[in-house]
Amino acid sequence: MSVAADQVYTVARLFRLQWEPAQNAWVLLYPEGMVQLNQSAGEIMKRLDGTRTLADVTAGCEADFATTGLLDDVLGFVAGAVEQGWVRRV
Amino acid sequence: MSERRDVGPPLWLLAELTYRCPLHCVFCYNPVDYAGQGAELSTDDWKRVLREGRALGAAQLGLSGGEPLLRDDLEAIVREARQLGYYINLLTSGVGLTETRIAALRDAGLDHIQLSFQDSTREMNDFLSSTRTFDLKNRVAQLIKQYDYPMVLNCVLHRYNIDHVQQILEMAEAMGAEYVELANTQYYSWAYLNREQLMPTREQVERAEAVTDAYREKVKARMRLFFVPPDYHGSRPKKCTNGWGQVFMTVRADGSVLPCHTAGMLPGLEFPNVREHSLAWAWYDSPGFNRFRGTAWMKEPCRSCPEQEKDLGGCRCQAWMMTGDAEAADPVCDRSPHHAQVTDMVAAAGTPAVIERPVVFRTDRTSRALIDERVAGTPTADRARLFEPALIADCGGER
Ligand code: SF4
Ligand code: SF4
Repeated sequence: MSVAADQVYTVARLFRLQWEPAQNAWVLLYPEGMVQLNQSAGEIMKRLDGTRTLADVTAGCEADFATTGLLDDVLGFVAGAVEQGWVRRV
Repeated sequence: MSERRDVGPPLWLLAELTYRCPLHCVFCYNPVDYAGQGAELSTDDWKRVLREGRALGAAQLGLSGGEPLLRDDLEAIVREARQLGYYINLLTSGVGLTETRIAALRDAGLDHIQLSFQDSTREMNDFLSSTRTFDLKNRVAQLIKQYDYPMVLNCVLHRYNIDHVQQILEMAEAMGAEYVELANTQYYSWAYLNREQLMPTREQVERAEAVTDAYREKVKARMRLFFVPPDYHGSRPKKCTNGWGQVFMTVRADGSVLPCHTAGMLPGLEFPNVREHSLAWAWYDSPGFNRFRGTAWMKEPCRSCPEQEKDLGGCRCQAWMMTGDAEAADPVCDRSPHHAQVTDMVAAAGTPAVIERPVVFRTDRTSRALIDERVAGTPTADRARLFEPALIADCGGER
Protein backbone atom coordinates (compact mmCIF):
# COMPACT_ATOMS: atom_id res chain seq x y z
CA MET A 1 0.00 0.00 0.00
CA SER A 2 1.41 3.38 -0.84
CA VAL A 3 0.81 6.42 1.32
CA ALA A 4 -0.71 9.47 -0.39
CA ALA A 5 -1.68 13.01 0.55
CA ASP A 6 -5.44 12.46 0.25
CA GLN A 7 -5.51 9.56 2.70
CA VAL A 8 -6.67 9.67 6.32
CA TYR A 9 -4.96 7.85 9.19
CA THR A 10 -5.46 7.28 12.86
CA VAL A 11 -3.56 5.66 15.72
CA ALA A 12 -3.99 1.88 15.65
CA ARG A 13 -6.06 0.02 18.20
CA LEU A 14 -3.73 -1.19 20.96
CA PHE A 15 -1.70 2.00 20.83
CA ARG A 16 -2.24 5.16 22.77
CA LEU A 17 -0.62 8.46 21.94
CA GLN A 18 -0.05 10.67 24.92
CA TRP A 19 1.98 13.68 26.03
CA GLU A 20 4.34 12.75 28.85
CA PRO A 21 5.52 15.72 30.91
CA ALA A 22 8.19 13.61 32.64
CA GLN A 23 9.81 12.86 29.30
CA ASN A 24 8.85 16.14 27.72
CA ALA A 25 7.72 14.20 24.66
CA TRP A 26 4.85 12.50 22.91
CA VAL A 27 4.93 8.77 23.51
CA LEU A 28 3.14 5.82 22.00
CA LEU A 29 2.05 3.33 24.59
CA TYR A 30 1.23 -0.27 23.74
CA PRO A 31 1.12 -3.57 25.63
CA GLU A 32 4.18 -3.63 27.83
CA GLY A 33 6.06 -1.09 25.81
CA MET A 34 6.50 2.53 24.92
CA VAL A 35 8.11 4.50 22.10
CA GLN A 36 9.25 8.02 22.76
CA LEU A 37 8.66 10.10 19.65
CA ASN A 38 10.94 12.89 18.57
CA GLN A 39 9.45 16.31 18.09
CA SER A 40 8.53 16.09 14.42
CA ALA A 41 7.14 12.56 14.79
CA GLY A 42 5.04 13.76 17.71
CA GLU A 43 3.74 16.73 15.74
CA ILE A 44 2.64 14.46 12.89
CA MET A 45 1.20 11.71 15.09
CA LYS A 46 -0.94 14.03 17.18
CA ARG A 47 -2.63 15.23 13.99
CA LEU A 48 -3.54 11.72 12.78
CA ASP A 49 -7.03 11.92 14.20
CA GLY A 50 -9.00 9.84 11.72
CA THR A 51 -10.55 12.88 10.03
CA ARG A 52 -7.76 15.02 8.56
CA THR A 53 -6.06 14.05 5.29
CA LEU A 54 -2.29 13.88 5.21
CA ALA A 55 -2.38 17.09 3.12
CA ASP A 56 -4.17 18.81 6.01
CA VAL A 57 -1.76 17.28 8.50
CA THR A 58 1.14 18.63 6.47
CA ALA A 59 -0.45 22.08 6.25
CA GLY A 60 -0.90 22.08 10.03
CA CYS A 61 2.75 21.23 10.67
CA GLU A 62 3.93 23.80 8.13
CA ALA A 63 1.80 26.50 9.73
CA ASP A 64 3.01 25.70 13.25
CA PHE A 65 6.64 25.70 12.23
CA ALA A 66 6.37 28.52 9.70
CA THR A 67 7.90 26.46 6.96
CA THR A 68 6.94 24.69 3.71
CA GLY A 69 7.76 21.55 1.76
CA LEU A 70 7.07 19.02 4.55
CA LEU A 71 4.78 16.72 2.53
CA ASP A 72 7.48 14.18 1.68
CA ASP A 73 8.59 14.02 5.31
CA VAL A 74 5.02 13.41 6.44
CA LEU A 75 4.39 10.71 3.82
CA GLY A 76 7.69 9.04 4.65
CA PHE A 77 6.99 9.05 8.37
CA VAL A 78 3.47 7.69 7.94
CA ALA A 79 4.72 4.90 5.66
CA GLY A 80 7.15 3.89 8.39
CA ALA A 81 4.45 4.13 11.05
CA VAL A 82 2.18 1.86 9.00
CA GLU A 83 4.97 -0.67 8.79
CA GLN A 84 5.45 -0.52 12.57
CA GLY A 85 1.72 -1.02 13.04
CA TRP A 86 1.35 2.30 14.91
CA VAL A 87 -1.28 3.77 12.62
CA ARG A 88 -4.00 2.50 10.35
CA ARG A 89 -5.76 4.01 7.37
CA VAL A 90 -9.34 5.13 7.90
CA MET B 1 11.17 15.66 45.08
CA SER B 2 14.81 14.89 45.76
CA GLU B 3 15.67 13.98 42.20
CA ARG B 4 19.19 12.96 41.31
CA ARG B 5 20.81 13.99 38.13
CA ASP B 6 22.19 10.54 37.37
CA VAL B 7 18.97 8.60 37.92
CA GLY B 8 16.10 8.80 35.45
CA PRO B 9 12.45 8.32 36.38
CA PRO B 10 10.82 4.90 36.63
CA LEU B 11 8.79 4.15 33.51
CA TRP B 12 7.19 0.91 34.59
CA LEU B 13 5.23 0.27 37.72
CA LEU B 14 4.34 -3.30 38.53
CA ALA B 15 1.64 -3.64 41.17
CA GLU B 16 1.48 -7.11 42.66
CA LEU B 17 -1.96 -6.53 44.10
CA THR B 18 -2.28 -9.77 46.02
CA TYR B 19 -0.42 -13.01 46.57
CA ARG B 20 -3.66 -14.92 46.80
CA CYS B 21 -4.15 -17.21 43.85
CA PRO B 22 -6.45 -20.08 42.94
CA LEU B 23 -3.65 -21.80 41.00
CA HIS B 24 -0.62 -23.73 42.22
CA CYS B 25 2.02 -23.31 39.55
CA VAL B 26 5.22 -25.21 40.05
CA PHE B 27 7.12 -22.29 38.48
CA CYS B 28 5.39 -19.53 40.44
CA TYR B 29 7.50 -16.37 40.77
CA ASN B 30 5.93 -15.23 44.04
CA PRO B 31 8.20 -15.49 47.08
CA VAL B 32 8.25 -18.99 48.59
CA ASP B 33 7.41 -17.41 51.95
CA TYR B 34 4.47 -15.35 50.65
CA ALA B 35 2.11 -16.99 53.15
CA GLY B 36 3.93 -15.16 55.97
CA GLN B 37 3.58 -11.69 54.48
CA GLY B 38 1.66 -8.87 56.10
CA ALA B 39 -1.73 -7.42 55.24
CA GLU B 40 -2.52 -6.26 51.72
CA LEU B 41 -2.70 -2.56 50.90
CA SER B 42 -6.14 -0.97 50.90
CA THR B 43 -7.81 0.56 47.86
CA ASP B 44 -6.85 4.05 49.04
CA ASP B 45 -3.25 2.99 49.55
CA TRP B 46 -3.14 1.72 45.97
CA LYS B 47 -4.66 4.91 44.63
CA ARG B 48 -2.00 6.92 46.41
CA VAL B 49 0.73 4.63 45.05
CA LEU B 50 -0.64 5.13 41.54
CA ARG B 51 -0.70 8.91 41.91
CA GLU B 52 2.83 9.03 43.25
CA GLY B 53 4.11 6.67 40.57
CA ARG B 54 2.54 8.71 37.81
CA ALA B 55 3.97 11.92 39.27
CA LEU B 56 7.40 10.31 39.17
CA GLY B 57 6.94 9.56 35.47
CA ALA B 58 5.71 5.95 35.26
CA ALA B 59 3.52 5.41 32.20
CA GLN B 60 3.17 1.63 32.02
CA LEU B 61 1.27 -0.12 34.77
CA GLY B 62 1.22 -3.87 35.23
CA LEU B 63 -1.46 -5.30 37.50
CA SER B 64 -0.48 -8.77 38.58
CA GLY B 65 -0.41 -11.05 41.59
CA GLY B 66 -1.13 -13.81 42.58
CA GLU B 67 -4.37 -13.47 40.73
CA PRO B 68 -5.30 -9.77 40.56
CA LEU B 69 -8.96 -10.61 39.91
CA LEU B 70 -9.17 -11.76 43.51
CA ARG B 71 -9.11 -8.09 44.51
CA ASP B 72 -12.70 -6.95 44.26
CA ASP B 73 -11.52 -3.35 44.00
CA LEU B 74 -9.63 -4.10 40.78
CA GLU B 75 -12.11 -2.04 38.76
CA ALA B 76 -11.67 0.96 41.09
CA ILE B 77 -7.89 0.67 40.85
CA VAL B 78 -8.08 0.51 37.04
CA ARG B 79 -10.37 3.52 36.89
CA GLU B 80 -8.00 5.61 38.98
CA ALA B 81 -5.03 4.45 36.92
CA ARG B 82 -6.70 5.33 33.66
CA GLN B 83 -7.64 8.79 34.89
CA LEU B 84 -4.01 9.32 35.79
CA GLY B 85 -2.92 8.36 32.27
CA TYR B 86 -1.32 4.95 32.74
CA TYR B 87 -1.36 2.34 30.02
CA ILE B 88 -2.82 -0.53 32.00
CA ASN B 89 -1.85 -4.17 31.49
CA LEU B 90 -3.72 -6.87 33.39
CA LEU B 91 -1.74 -10.09 33.84
CA THR B 92 -4.19 -12.83 34.68
CA SER B 93 -4.79 -16.57 34.60
CA GLY B 94 -8.35 -15.79 33.55
CA VAL B 95 -9.82 -17.55 36.57
CA GLY B 96 -12.59 -15.24 37.77
CA LEU B 97 -12.84 -13.20 34.58
CA THR B 98 -16.60 -13.23 34.09
CA GLU B 99 -18.48 -11.17 31.56
CA THR B 100 -19.62 -8.78 34.30
CA ARG B 101 -16.06 -8.12 35.33
CA ILE B 102 -14.58 -7.72 31.89
CA ALA B 103 -17.36 -5.26 31.01
CA ALA B 104 -16.63 -3.27 34.17
CA LEU B 105 -12.87 -3.34 33.50
CA ARG B 106 -13.38 -2.18 29.95
CA ASP B 107 -15.58 0.61 31.20
CA ALA B 108 -12.98 1.59 33.81
CA GLY B 109 -10.38 1.95 31.05
CA LEU B 110 -8.28 -1.21 31.11
CA ASP B 111 -6.03 -1.19 28.02
CA HIS B 112 -4.78 -4.72 27.68
CA ILE B 113 -5.17 -8.23 29.02
CA GLN B 114 -2.47 -10.87 28.97
CA LEU B 115 -3.93 -14.30 29.52
CA SER B 116 -1.51 -16.84 30.86
CA PHE B 117 -1.53 -20.57 30.97
CA GLN B 118 -0.11 -20.31 34.35
CA ASP B 119 -0.85 -23.55 35.96
CA SER B 120 1.25 -26.63 36.36
CA THR B 121 1.65 -29.61 34.15
CA ARG B 122 -1.71 -30.77 35.45
CA GLU B 123 -3.33 -27.89 33.77
CA MET B 124 -1.27 -28.30 30.67
CA ASN B 125 -2.43 -31.86 30.42
CA ASP B 126 -5.98 -30.76 30.98
CA PHE B 127 -5.55 -28.24 28.44
CA LEU B 128 -3.99 -30.45 25.80
CA SER B 129 -6.70 -33.02 26.38
CA SER B 130 -9.49 -30.45 26.10
CA THR B 131 -10.83 -30.77 29.59
CA ARG B 132 -12.13 -28.36 32.20
CA THR B 133 -9.38 -25.77 32.12
CA PHE B 134 -9.33 -25.69 28.38
CA ASP B 135 -13.01 -24.77 28.42
CA LEU B 136 -12.40 -22.02 30.94
CA LYS B 137 -9.54 -20.52 28.93
CA ASN B 138 -11.57 -20.77 25.79
CA ARG B 139 -14.48 -18.93 27.37
CA VAL B 140 -12.18 -16.23 28.64
CA ALA B 141 -10.52 -15.97 25.24
CA GLN B 142 -13.92 -15.44 23.63
CA LEU B 143 -14.73 -12.72 26.16
CA ILE B 144 -11.44 -10.99 25.47
CA LYS B 145 -12.28 -10.93 21.75
CA GLN B 146 -15.85 -9.90 22.34
CA TYR B 147 -14.67 -6.88 24.33
CA ASP B 148 -12.30 -5.93 21.54
CA TYR B 149 -9.07 -6.62 23.37
CA PRO B 150 -6.19 -8.12 21.44
CA MET B 151 -5.61 -11.76 22.34
CA VAL B 152 -2.26 -11.95 24.06
CA LEU B 153 -1.34 -15.37 25.38
CA ASN B 154 1.57 -16.24 27.56
CA CYS B 155 2.73 -19.76 28.23
CA VAL B 156 5.59 -20.67 30.52
CA LEU B 157 7.67 -23.52 29.14
CA HIS B 158 9.45 -26.25 31.05
CA ARG B 159 10.51 -29.82 30.44
CA TYR B 160 6.98 -31.18 30.90
CA ASN B 161 5.33 -29.06 28.22
CA ILE B 162 8.11 -27.85 25.97
CA ASP B 163 7.64 -30.83 23.64
CA HIS B 164 4.04 -29.72 23.10
CA VAL B 165 4.87 -26.36 21.56
CA GLN B 166 3.27 -27.36 18.26
CA GLN B 167 -0.03 -28.23 19.99
CA ILE B 168 0.13 -25.12 22.15
CA LEU B 169 0.52 -22.95 19.07
CA GLU B 170 -2.29 -24.75 17.23
CA MET B 171 -4.55 -24.17 20.16
CA ALA B 172 -3.51 -20.52 20.40
CA GLU B 173 -4.33 -20.10 16.73
CA ALA B 174 -7.70 -21.78 17.17
CA MET B 175 -8.45 -19.32 19.97
CA GLY B 176 -7.63 -16.42 17.68
CA ALA B 177 -4.49 -15.30 19.51
CA GLU B 178 -2.69 -12.30 18.03
CA TYR B 179 0.39 -12.43 20.23
CA VAL B 180 1.84 -15.53 21.82
CA GLU B 181 4.75 -15.45 24.19
CA LEU B 182 6.45 -18.77 24.87
CA ALA B 183 8.63 -17.92 27.81
CA ASN B 184 10.96 -20.49 29.24
CA THR B 185 10.84 -20.74 33.01
CA GLN B 186 12.97 -18.30 34.96
CA TYR B 187 14.41 -20.08 37.95
CA TYR B 188 13.42 -17.97 40.93
CA SER B 189 11.27 -18.73 43.95
CA TRP B 190 9.11 -21.82 43.38
CA ALA B 191 10.72 -22.54 40.05
CA TYR B 192 14.08 -22.52 41.81
CA LEU B 193 12.85 -25.15 44.26
CA ASN B 194 11.82 -27.22 41.25
CA ARG B 195 14.56 -26.26 38.89
CA GLU B 196 16.08 -29.70 38.40
CA GLN B 197 12.73 -31.16 37.51
CA LEU B 198 11.65 -28.28 35.28
CA MET B 199 14.92 -27.89 33.38
CA PRO B 200 14.58 -28.90 29.73
CA THR B 201 17.45 -30.50 27.86
CA ARG B 202 19.34 -28.52 25.27
CA GLU B 203 17.77 -30.63 22.52
CA GLN B 204 14.28 -29.92 23.80
CA VAL B 205 14.91 -26.19 23.70
CA GLU B 206 16.36 -26.32 20.20
CA ARG B 207 13.44 -28.38 18.92
CA ALA B 208 10.89 -26.05 20.51
CA GLU B 209 12.56 -23.02 18.99
CA ALA B 210 12.64 -24.66 15.55
CA VAL B 211 8.94 -25.54 15.82
CA THR B 212 8.19 -21.94 16.79
CA ASP B 213 10.21 -20.58 13.86
CA ALA B 214 8.38 -22.84 11.40
CA TYR B 215 5.03 -21.82 12.84
CA ARG B 216 5.94 -18.15 12.64
CA GLU B 217 6.75 -18.62 8.98
CA LYS B 218 3.31 -20.15 8.46
CA VAL B 219 1.18 -17.57 10.30
CA LYS B 220 3.29 -14.50 9.46
CA ALA B 221 1.86 -11.26 10.88
CA ARG B 222 -1.52 -12.86 11.70
CA MET B 223 -0.08 -14.18 14.95
CA ARG B 224 3.12 -12.75 16.41
CA LEU B 225 5.24 -15.34 18.19
CA PHE B 226 7.90 -14.64 20.78
CA PHE B 227 10.19 -17.33 22.06
CA VAL B 228 12.12 -16.42 25.20
CA PRO B 229 15.00 -18.88 25.57
CA PRO B 230 15.96 -20.13 29.01
CA ASP B 231 18.68 -18.29 30.86
CA TYR B 232 20.58 -21.38 31.91
CA HIS B 233 21.16 -22.57 28.38
CA GLY B 234 23.08 -19.43 27.37
CA SER B 235 26.55 -18.10 28.12
CA ARG B 236 25.74 -14.45 28.93
CA PRO B 237 23.22 -13.31 31.51
CA LYS B 238 20.27 -11.06 30.82
CA LYS B 239 20.37 -7.43 31.81
CA CYS B 240 18.18 -7.88 34.78
CA THR B 241 15.05 -5.66 34.74
CA ASN B 242 16.92 -3.58 32.19
CA GLY B 243 19.23 -2.33 34.92
CA TRP B 244 18.68 -2.24 38.67
CA GLY B 245 16.57 0.79 39.57
CA GLN B 246 16.65 2.17 36.03
CA VAL B 247 13.19 1.53 34.62
CA PHE B 248 11.18 -0.83 36.82
CA MET B 249 9.59 -0.45 40.17
CA THR B 250 7.52 -3.15 41.85
CA VAL B 251 5.10 -2.50 44.67
CA ARG B 252 4.05 -5.68 46.38
CA ALA B 253 0.80 -6.66 48.03
CA ASP B 254 2.13 -5.68 51.46
CA GLY B 255 3.35 -2.28 50.26
CA SER B 256 7.07 -3.00 50.01
CA VAL B 257 8.80 -1.38 47.04
CA LEU B 258 11.43 -3.32 45.09
CA PRO B 259 13.49 -2.89 41.91
CA CYS B 260 12.25 -6.30 40.83
CA HIS B 261 9.64 -8.69 42.17
CA THR B 262 12.15 -11.22 43.47
CA ALA B 263 14.71 -8.86 45.01
CA GLY B 264 13.15 -9.30 48.47
CA MET B 265 15.31 -12.37 49.05
CA LEU B 266 18.60 -10.41 48.83
CA PRO B 267 20.49 -10.20 52.14
CA GLY B 268 21.37 -7.02 53.98
CA LEU B 269 18.95 -4.87 52.02
CA GLU B 270 16.05 -2.99 53.43
CA PHE B 271 13.36 -2.09 50.98
CA PRO B 272 11.00 0.76 51.79
CA ASN B 273 7.27 0.36 52.31
CA VAL B 274 4.68 2.76 50.90
CA ARG B 275 3.01 2.81 54.30
CA GLU B 276 6.03 4.71 55.62
CA HIS B 277 7.73 6.32 52.65
CA SER B 278 6.90 8.12 49.44
CA LEU B 279 7.60 6.39 46.15
CA ALA B 280 9.93 9.26 45.25
CA TRP B 281 12.08 8.56 48.28
CA ALA B 282 11.99 4.84 47.56
CA TRP B 283 13.12 5.35 43.98
CA TYR B 284 15.72 8.08 44.37
CA ASP B 285 16.96 7.87 47.92
CA SER B 286 16.34 4.51 49.54
CA PRO B 287 19.51 2.48 50.16
CA GLY B 288 17.81 -0.60 48.65
CA PHE B 289 17.28 1.04 45.25
CA ASN B 290 20.77 2.51 45.21
CA ARG B 291 22.53 -0.67 46.26
CA PHE B 292 23.14 -2.10 42.78
CA ARG B 293 22.71 0.93 40.56
CA GLY B 294 25.49 1.36 38.03
CA THR B 295 28.69 -0.67 38.17
CA ALA B 296 30.55 0.57 41.25
CA TRP B 297 29.44 -2.41 43.39
CA MET B 298 30.95 -4.98 41.03
CA LYS B 299 33.60 -7.54 41.85
CA GLU B 300 35.75 -9.55 39.46
CA PRO B 301 35.18 -10.82 36.82
CA CYS B 302 32.55 -8.12 36.18
CA ARG B 303 34.62 -5.21 37.48
CA SER B 304 37.14 -5.36 34.65
CA CYS B 305 34.82 -6.88 32.05
CA PRO B 306 34.47 -5.00 28.74
CA GLU B 307 30.84 -6.13 28.51
CA GLN B 308 29.75 -4.78 31.89
CA GLU B 309 27.44 -2.11 30.45
CA LYS B 310 25.72 -4.70 28.29
CA ASP B 311 24.33 -6.86 31.07
CA LEU B 312 25.39 -5.02 34.26
CA GLY B 313 26.62 -8.31 35.67
CA GLY B 314 23.28 -10.06 35.17
CA CYS B 315 20.74 -10.83 37.82
CA ARG B 316 21.57 -10.13 41.49
CA CYS B 317 19.09 -12.70 42.74
CA GLN B 318 20.50 -15.38 40.50
CA ALA B 319 24.00 -14.57 41.76
CA TRP B 320 22.79 -14.71 45.36
CA MET B 321 20.78 -17.93 44.99
CA MET B 322 23.59 -19.86 43.35
CA THR B 323 26.73 -18.43 44.94
CA GLY B 324 25.61 -16.97 48.26
CA ASP B 325 27.12 -13.64 47.22
CA ALA B 326 24.80 -11.00 45.79
CA GLU B 327 27.78 -9.09 44.33
CA ALA B 328 29.06 -12.03 42.32
CA ALA B 329 28.72 -12.32 38.54
CA ASP B 330 25.51 -14.02 37.49
CA PRO B 331 26.58 -17.70 37.13
CA VAL B 332 24.83 -17.88 33.76
CA CYS B 333 27.88 -15.98 32.49
CA ASP B 334 30.63 -18.32 31.30
CA ARG B 335 33.17 -16.00 32.91
CA SER B 336 31.71 -16.70 36.33
CA PRO B 337 33.74 -19.18 38.40
CA HIS B 338 30.37 -20.74 39.30
CA HIS B 339 29.26 -21.27 35.72
CA ALA B 340 29.73 -25.05 36.01
CA GLN B 341 26.70 -25.17 38.33
CA VAL B 342 24.59 -24.02 35.44
CA THR B 343 26.11 -26.24 32.78
CA ASP B 344 26.03 -29.27 35.09
CA MET B 345 22.38 -28.72 35.74
CA VAL B 346 21.55 -28.42 32.06
CA ALA B 347 23.61 -31.53 31.34
CA ALA B 348 21.73 -33.44 34.05
CA ALA B 349 18.33 -32.36 32.69
CA GLY B 350 16.04 -35.25 32.00
CA THR B 351 18.18 -37.91 33.64
CA PRO B 352 16.26 -40.45 35.76
CA ALA B 353 17.76 -39.39 39.11
CA VAL B 354 16.36 -35.91 38.61
CA ILE B 355 12.95 -36.86 37.31
CA GLU B 356 12.12 -39.14 40.22
CA ARG B 357 12.03 -36.31 42.76
CA PRO B 358 8.55 -34.88 43.29
CA VAL B 359 7.81 -31.33 42.21
CA VAL B 360 6.66 -28.77 44.77
CA PHE B 361 3.35 -27.07 44.03
CA ARG B 362 2.87 -23.53 45.20
CA THR B 363 0.24 -23.65 47.95
CA ASP B 364 -0.37 -21.72 51.16
CA ARG B 365 0.28 -24.87 53.14
CA THR B 366 3.60 -25.54 51.47
CA SER B 367 4.62 -21.93 51.87
CA ARG B 368 3.92 -22.12 55.61
CA ALA B 369 5.71 -25.45 55.89
CA LEU B 370 8.73 -23.93 54.14
CA ILE B 371 8.72 -20.99 56.54
CA ASP B 372 8.61 -23.39 59.50
CA GLU B 373 11.47 -25.35 58.00
CA ARG B 374 13.46 -22.15 57.54
CA VAL B 375 12.78 -20.95 61.08
CA ALA B 376 13.84 -24.33 62.44
CA GLY B 377 17.02 -23.91 60.42
CA THR B 378 16.72 -27.14 58.49
CA PRO B 379 16.73 -26.31 54.77
CA THR B 380 19.83 -26.67 52.66
CA ALA B 381 21.86 -23.49 52.21
CA ASP B 382 20.74 -22.72 48.68
CA ARG B 383 17.07 -23.19 49.62
CA ALA B 384 17.50 -20.97 52.66
CA ARG B 385 18.54 -18.15 50.34
CA LEU B 386 15.05 -17.95 48.88
CA PHE B 387 13.61 -16.54 52.10
CA GLU B 388 13.25 -12.94 53.00
CA PRO B 389 15.60 -11.91 55.77
CA ALA B 390 13.10 -9.55 57.44
CA LEU B 391 10.32 -12.08 57.30
CA ILE B 392 12.36 -14.76 59.00
CA ALA B 393 13.32 -12.33 61.77
CA ASP B 394 9.60 -11.59 62.24
CA CYS B 395 8.89 -15.27 62.60
CA GLY B 396 11.44 -15.59 65.40
CA GLY B 397 14.24 -17.10 63.38
CA GLU B 398 17.71 -15.67 63.09
CA ARG B 399 20.21 -15.13 60.36
S1 SF4 C 1 31.73 -11.06 33.57
FE1 SF4 C 1 30.05 -9.94 34.49
S2 SF4 C 1 29.84 -8.08 33.28
FE2 SF4 C 1 31.10 -9.51 32.10
S3 SF4 C 1 29.66 -10.56 30.74
FE3 SF4 C 1 29.89 -11.80 32.58
S4 SF4 C 1 28.25 -11.13 33.95
FE4 SF4 C 1 28.48 -9.58 32.35
S1 SF4 D 1 18.55 -9.50 39.92
FE1 SF4 D 1 16.87 -9.85 41.15
S2 SF4 D 1 15.93 -7.95 41.03
FE2 SF4 D 1 17.12 -8.05 39.31
S3 SF4 D 1 15.91 -8.95 37.73
FE3 SF4 D 1 17.02 -10.50 38.69
S4 SF4 D 1 15.63 -11.30 40.09
FE4 SF4 D 1 15.00 -9.32 39.56
